[in-house]
This record gives sequence, structure tokens and C-alpha cells, in this order.
Amino acid sequence: MLIKHPSDIRSSEITDQKLYANRREFIMAAGAAAGAALLSGANRVLHAAGQPAPHGRKLDGVIKSPFSAAVGDEKVNTWEQITTYNNFYEFGTEKESPSMYAKALKTEPWRVRVDGECAKPGDYHIDDILKGQTLEERVYRLRCVEAWSMVVPWIGFPLSNFVKRVEPTAKAKFIEFNTLADPSQMVGVRSPVLRWPYTEALRLDEAMHPLAILAVGLYGEEMPKQDGAPIRLIVPWKYGFKSAKSIVRIRFTERQPLNSWQESQPSEYGFYSNVNPAVDHPRWTQATERRIGEFFRRKTLMFNGYADQVASLYSGMDLKRNY
Amino acid sequence: MISASAIRWVLKPAVFVAALGPVGWLVWAGLTGHLSANPLSDLTNETGLWALRFICITLAITPFRRLTGWHAAIRFRRMTGLFAFFYGSLHFLTYVIADRFAGLDFPDGIVAWSTVVNLAVSVGDDIYKRPFITIGFTTLMLLLPLAVTSTAGWIRRLGGKQWQALHRLIYVAALTAILHYWWLVKADLTSPQRYALVVGALLMFRLVWARSRASAPVRQKSATT
Repeated sequence: MLIKHPSDIRSSEITDQKLYANRREFIMAAGAAAGAALLSGANRVLHAAGQPAPHGRKLDGVIKSPFSAAVGDEKVNTWEQITTYNNFYEFGTEKESPSMYAKALKTEPWRVRVDGECAKPGDYHIDDILKGQTLEERVYRLRCVEAWSMVVPWIGFPLSNFVKRVEPTAKAKFIEFNTLADPSQMVGVRSPVLRWPYTEALRLDEAMHPLAILAVGLYGEEMPKQDGAPIRLIVPWKYGFKSAKSIVRIRFTERQPLNSWQESQPSEYGFYSNVNPAVDHPRWTQATERRIGEFFRRKTLMFNGYADQVASLYSGMDLKRNY
Repeated sequence: MISASAIRWVLKPAVFVAALGPVGWLVWAGLTGHLSANPLSDLTNETGLWALRFICITLAITPFRRLTGWHAAIRFRRMTGLFAFFYGSLHFLTYVIADRFAGLDFPDGIVAWSTVVNLAVSVGDDIYKRPFITIGFTTLMLLLPLAVTSTAGWIRRLGGKQWQALHRLIYVAALTAILHYWWLVKADLTSPQRYALVVGALLMFRLVWARSRASAPVRQKSATT
């Protein structure tokens, strides 16, 4: 029988003495770390349901709009769904993050700087922007580029009303929107996930379309913070990310602006980003979508179902190239 | 040290129950509305993450054993590896049901032969067309032979050396799993980067360990001559 002589044990097989002496602490520490990781995981799942927004001030004098989507078999999504499942990267990249962190947003006072190619630039107070506008309820489909969708009863007024008021010059071809980017109020802005401030833009004729609105509320109440309070854009025939939230600046330009998503992944997010079931995202299909609250996926509609109203804006354009 | 019977009758069952925790949690949370407004997407994401976590845990066992000298840790490796496969399979299943099946047309009703065919075509198409799905499916296919040959009978049939060589596929699976996660993310790469670091460290440990072992006999020789 071969008996292993102690010197046959290679030095590398001998556990470092310090490590050996501390093995209990090491195991305890590893155990504690694993326990902490498990707890934080459980905590995350626990909070995955998010925190629905508190109910805000009721908005007065809201009228129904003929531009609301004919909903038919489509149900309007609930307050809870609309305020717990959001992409608002300024408050974190998880869907529930905005519902947890948007509380820190200060919406009063709120001013929007208007500049660039227009006759009436300046800092407009939100009350001033709303003065003389009739608020309408617009029930619109919202289609996210990630292939999920909702139906949302927005409250707002046509963007074109405001654009006309500030009188773009003949040079103005595009309109650019910036979201607030204040790291002291917005945890997400502290990491460079996208170029801040969040930038999105439209062609001026798109902005003048009656379906494009500046929204200040939903479900008859002022806009919840996680949905882009106090004022945001809604362009229902484009993917959701085109509709900039918590707007602090509107700029008119002659040249086509570079949008934040377009800059981060030019092959995946184009300037137009019209909802189009025939043009897939390079990584997933856009032909179908999951309506939040439903199991079976719906067929995605051209221009998100608003083709009759908006298709003429793009006549003669190759929408595969201008995605 | 913990006795062999304590490991067998207490520790292993405890780890087994704990490893079922995530799926138990997901079922409970799903049934009681504790998931997000898009529960199907949560189920897919969470099962995928747990598959990756169990790959990491499985890869951590050998370094843990070497560092602590607690060699009985090896007795948990088959279980954690099988749980990686279990969560990976659940992940694939939720994708097939929530993403593929839910997106089908049902020309002959749901319970029909055409549903089976269309589902197979839809899954196959997606695996072929979309790189991040291709790589995810590859990961599961890499784990499959490891799960099948995880029994004592298969170790005997293959012989220790070949069995070990086959099971090194988990290194590849860990890398393809990371790639799958990386390609899925839209802009915030923080989480896939963290897992890449963990997997990188666990694989590095093996490299460094193998090197120090390879150089050890040389030192010994020079000492004896």
C-alpha cells in the first residue's frame, strides 16, 4: 500500500495558513453576503409591483375629443398600470423605478424655455402656457418600442396651438424638446445611460398635426410625476420614447436634431420612429405587441392605428430607410 | 466539520428547498398580483436571471472549496447545476408561452394540430432570426447534456476524465448566458456587466489556480536536487 508522504503534497495544495485560520470568518462572511444578496433580491421582487401615484388635483373644464381612439374591444388601462409601469430613465431604468423615485421631482414652479428659430422666445411659466387653452381628453394607444402597449386617457391640448403662439420663423423646420435633467431630483441622471438632457424632436409639420398634443394630465387629474409631470409631449403614432416627458425646453431649428436614443443606438432608433409593424427592431419583432393586462399579443397597427390621419405626412418616403 | 450524514439529511435538503424559493415566490407573487403591470415579462426575466445566478453559484463551488478547504462543498455542485438547468428551462418555457404562443394566429382554434405546427415554426424562426435568442437557446442546449449526464451512472459510463471534459461546457454556457443578457438590454448595461465581472472572476480563478499548480512541481524538483 502506498502511503502518501507529507512532502508529496504540493505546496499549492496547502491552503494558505492565514486563510485557514480565518476560514470560519470567511465562511460566515460569504454566508452573510449570500444572505444579503437573497434579501435584496426578495426586496426587489416585493417592490416589483411598484407604487401607484397618489391622486392629484382634478383638472377643470375638460372636454371630450373626437380624436380619441375608437376603443371598441380595447380597454383603457388602469391608473395603477399607467403609474407603475413606466420608462422614464431619469428615474432609473427599471419599469418600477419611476413610481418609486419620481416623488423627488419638484413641479412647481415650472418654466419652459422657448428659443431658436421663433419670433417669441422666452421662459414661459406653465400657467401662461395653459392660459386660454381648452383641455381635452384624448384616449390614445401608447406603443412602446419594446413591444408592449397601453391605452391612456390623456388630458392636454394641441401642440400646434402653442407652436403658433410662439411664431416659428420661416427657417424653422424642426422642433426639439428637452426633459429636465437635474441629478439632485432625478437619480437616473447620475449615470450616463443616455445623453442628458433627454432630447427628442419632430419635423415641424408633424408637430402641427392635430393628433400631437402637450399633455398635462390623465384620468381627469394633473399629470402624475412618473408619467412626465407637469407637461409632456404625446405623439400617438410614434413609439413612446418620442414623447418627451417633463419638458423644460422647446427649441426650433433649421437642421434635424440628434435625439438621445438615436445617438445611443443609431441602427436601432431612427429620427422618425413611427410605429410600423413591417419594420422590425434589429433585435425583436414589431409585428405584435403585448397590451398591458392581456395575455394574447395584439397585431401592431400601422402608425399605431392612426394611419388614416397621419400617413399623408410621409407620402413618398421610404419608411424602411427612414425608420 | 459537518458530518457526511448532516450534509445529506439536513444541509442538502435545506439548500434544495432554498433553491426552489425563487420559483415559489414567482408563482405566489404572480397569483396574488405582486408582480409588475407586465407579469409575463417579469416571469421571463426573473427565471432567466435565476438561471444565470445558479450558473454563477455552480461555478463558485470549486473556488470556494479551494479557498476554504471545505471539500464537502463539491456535494452541492450537481444540485446547483441542475437548478441552473431548471431555471433555464422555465425561462425558455415562459418565452415559448408568453412570447411565441401568445403571438400566434389560431386559424383552427387553439386546440388544433396547426397550433402545434405554427408554434414550432414561430419558435424556430425566432431562434434562427434573432442573435440574442440564438445565443440564449445555445446556452440551454449547452446545459442539456450536462443535466442528462449528471448522474453517477453517467460518470461511470463516460469515465472521470471524459465526464469532466464534457462538463467544462459550463464555462462556455456561462459566457453565452452573459452574451444573451448583454444583447437583450437596451441601454443600461450595469446588470449584465456585473454578472460578466462575476463570471470573469470565477473563470480567472481557475486559470490562476491551474498555473500555480503547473509551476509548483518545478519548484519542488529544484528543491530536492
